[in-house]
Amino acid sequence: MKMLKSTLAIVTAAAVLGVSGFAQAGATLDAVQKKGFVQCGVSDGLPGFSVPDSTGKIVGIDADFCRAVAAAVFGDATKVKFSQLNAKERFTALQSGEIDILSRNTTMTSSRDAGMGLKFPGFITYYDGIGFLVNNKLGVKSAKELDGATICIQAGTTTELNVSDYFRGNGLKYTPITFDTSDESAKSLESGRCDVLTSDKSQLFAQRSKLASPKDYVVLPETISKEPLGPVVRNGDDEWLAIVRWTGYAMLNAEEAGITSKNVEAEAKATKNPDVARMLGTDGEYGKDLKVKKDWVVQIVKQVGNYGEVFEKNLGKSTALEIDRGLNALWNAGGIQYAPPVR
Amino acid sequence: MTTHTFKPDMPPPSSSIGIVAWMRAHMFSSWINTLLTLFAFYLIYLIVPPIVSWAILDANWVGTTRADCTKEGACWVFIQQRFGQFMYGYYPTDLRWRVDLTVWLAVIGVAPLFISRFPRKAIYGLSFLVLYPIISYTLLHGGWFGLTEVPTSQWGGLMLTLVIATVGIVGALPLGIVLALGRRSNMPAIRVVCVTFIEFWRGVPLITVLFMSSVMLPLFLPEGMNFDKLLRALIGVILFQSAYIAEVVRGGLQAIPKGQYEAAAAMGLGYWRSMGLVILPQALKLVIPGIVNTFIALFKDTSLVIIIGLFDLLNSVKQAAADPKWLGMATEGYVFAALVFWIFCFGMSRYSMHLERKLDTGHKR
Repeated sequence: MKMLKSTLAIVTAAAVLGVSGFAQAGATLDAVQKKGFVQCGVSDGLPGFSVPDSTGKIVGIDADFCRAVAAAVFGDATKVKFSQLNAKERFTALQSGEIDILSRNTTMTSSRDAGMGLKFPGFITYYDGIGFLVNNKLGVKSAKELDGATICIQAGTTTELNVSDYFRGNGLKYTPITFDTSDESAKSLESGRCDVLTSDKSQLFAQRSKLASPKDYVVLPETISKEPLGPVVRNGDDEWLAIVRWTGYAMLNAEEAGITSKNVEAEAKATKNPDVARMLGTDGEYGKDLKVKKDWVVQIVKQVGNYGEVFEKNLGKSTALEIDRGLNALWNAGGIQYAPPVR
Repeated sequence: MTTHTFKPDMPPPSSSIGIVAWMRAHMFSSWINTLLTLFAFYLIYLIVPPIVSWAILDANWVGTTRADCTKEGACWVFIQQRFGQFMYGYYPTDLRWRVDLTVWLAVIGVAPLFISRFPRKAIYGLSFLVLYPIISYTLLHGGWFGLTEVPTSQWGGLMLTLVIATVGIVGALPLGIVLALGRRSNMPAIRVVCVTFIEFWRGVPLITVLFMSSVMLPLFLPEGMNFDKLLRALIGVILFQSAYIAEVVRGGLQAIPKGQYEAAAAMGLGYWRSMGLVILPQALKLVIPGIVNTFIALFKDTSLVIIIGLFDLLNSVKQAAADPKWLGMATEGYVFAALVFWIFCFGMSRYSMHLERKLDTGHKR
């Protein structure tokens, strides 16, 4: 999620050398169509976002987003190949052209968007933020009551910095214990070595499900930092950027219009709603502007699902993670997921 | 005439033979030893029963999902379900016979080398060494002879560990020997090149080498020109290990008495023949423990390829433990990985001891 300083240095050096920025408009789409698949960078194993299942298929919301892009470009969600990348090599892989799109729980920040030869299309797959996981026994209802707590933190992430900022800002004292892996920190919370476990909220739910009795632990309501996670593409190829951006928006719009993988084909044929007709390509030529087929939204929704379906399948109540929609609900349902219209 | 029959020998006193005597001699010979023995037994009592009950008695052996792990102990169902992935990574399931075949070919191909009376062993060994990599690459990677191509990004698990370790070992040994000879050469240019090479590669950590190969190298190559990631890692590993092997071999070369060099020269042997026939056979025999030690370290170092996003055995285990359906199974996974690594490393160390005994010509003191 976060990046080490060293990577920044390397990447900056590369940018100075002029290695990045070689992408020309349209080059990526042409290259993708020529080779016949989308090369997608995902994480090396993050529950709910991208992780291989027992058959080796990569599952998760980040992986499904890449499938949606493939569905938009080729009309076939299986035409995607995954590169599993760690936090250090992800940006290099994108800059060097090894991958076409990076969909790896990457936080959108100003320095990454402007200073590294990369562009965030602006669609946010998941609004994340740092939160706290505590034992019910403590009786804590809010992070403000955590004065004097011992906190387990995963080392090498910016979580350490954000937590220290938060506690200093609120005039609270705390003792940090840092761990290398998430398994260790989960064990320490269980054994009572620390009172609180802190990490990105999406990960706290995964951590909680690792514990022997997940029901005894609760994620506090506070979110102390903004971590909007979204896909990234290379700078300078606006056509490709538009495809990636609108693939995300199409998934949101489909959910908003109540179009699901089950009813999309029927809707495409019979809809009376002009908005839906435009979106599904029954009316107008809106796919053409993006240089994709007319029925691109139909293919995305049919083969991958709308945003809500993808969320539920990978992160929602039916999974071990049991994450609430929260911020990631649509704007008209209490969240902040809002997509401009297709027209 | 009466024949004298001897009475049967009396058995030795029970206190000097059997288990009792052994225990008295080794465990209870003095009060301090008695104390230590009791303490050791107490430790065993503390450690072993919980492990046995966790790993065996209370463990869950059958099932298909996490929900089947109802007992308190280890959930080996996880290992069972993911076994294919731990062994082959993401190698397509219906093509895994190719990996098996490669392993069997290696076993069958190497076997004659262990039969001491096999004729023309050297020629056979050399041709095996040349042919096998070609055959195994063809089998594993495919793309020719109607075999479906399996890009190296899909290789993983124990298979990847073995590929990196064997290629590293086979590549690093000859290069290391050449470097060691070069370092002791009389020709300054060669000596300087070898010393620089060895000191450079010994001076940087393997992680750095791998990191540079995967993060820095692509930035300097034109876009779209991608060296295979595994190939980059393999080259890095070979260069890195050869520097270590070179130093081990140099230790052996220095242990050979000067008289051997002089005797070889007196026989009229040139440099290569005196090295190949007289010096190296003795030097390499001396440093077998050191070489095997380096190889065992290399075998375990293969896990560092996580840094460049390759998934060897250990990393496959880690990744499987991140599956939401199997969260919290990390312990079982690590125990399994440790066991597999131990089997291989222990096997290597036993083989090195066997080699030492076989090649022993009485120099051992």
